Amino acid sequence: MAERPEDLNLPNAVITRIIKEALPDGVNVSKEARRAISQAASVFVLYATSCANNFAMKAKRKTLNAADVLAAMEEMEFERFLEPLREALEVYKKGKKEVSEQKRKEKEKKETDNDKNREEEDDEERMEEEPEAENDAELEEVEN
Amino acid sequence: MSASTTDKDNNVSTNKNISLPISRVRLIMKSSPDVSSINQDALFLTTKATELFVQYLAVSSFNNGSGKGSKSLSYSDLASTAEEKDTFHFLTDILPKKILAGDYLKTLEQIQDEEADN
Repeated sequence: MAERPEDLNLPNAVITRIIKEALPDGVNVSKEARRAISQAASVFVLYATSCANNFAMKAKRKTLNAADVLAAMEEMEFERFLEPLREALEVYKKGKKEVSEQKRKEKEKKETDNDKNREEEDDEERMEEEPEAENDAELEEVEN
Repeated sequence: MSASTTDKDNNVSTNKNISLPISRVRLIMKSSPDVSSINQDALFLTTKATELFVQYLAVSSFNNGSGKGSKSLSYSDLASTAEEKDTFHFLTDILPKKILAGDYLKTLEQIQDEEADN
């Protein structure tokens, strides 16, 4: 929980960097303007959360999910964010998968190296990988 | 600020495509009383959306603002954007237009005069 009001602020250094990167080179952003944008960003989060939460409640769900956030963006008339958000989510999910796969491979390696009694488990894990490989192949076919 | 440790934790997380700390965004989301839980994808999307929002607000305000020639972005540029653009209307409460005390008193007098006339 937020114990102090400043816990609800976003870090100024990061906000400043995002602003600088978005604007043409050499634009001077006043301190007051930076603070205002940072506060606006916090309000945006709250507004988006409340909209997304309405969609979750309508669907009788307790957990906010990606679809709720996307629906909230539409409701707030930030449709222009939908495409970049979907793309970013795709990349994010891929990244997560790669990390977990890497971990699994490392784990498998250790297990085969150290403990031959665990061979059965490894087989199970390999079987889990196969359907994914098939899906990838299908995707490639569709693309071609 | 004692936040530096939590911020660091987030930079370790898998994605390089967002720069705002996810833990802080979660904290803000959770400060809303109706929200019970948020899944990871929703949290990621909200963080990313906030970054897009910061960019969009800055660029719109700069393009609409008076400081384009002098290459500057000021508070009043933001306040006018909040007032003029529908999508940014929800910001008018926290981005009030600043007016000079003298001007404010004049409008007050005008209102009083009008009321007296009626």
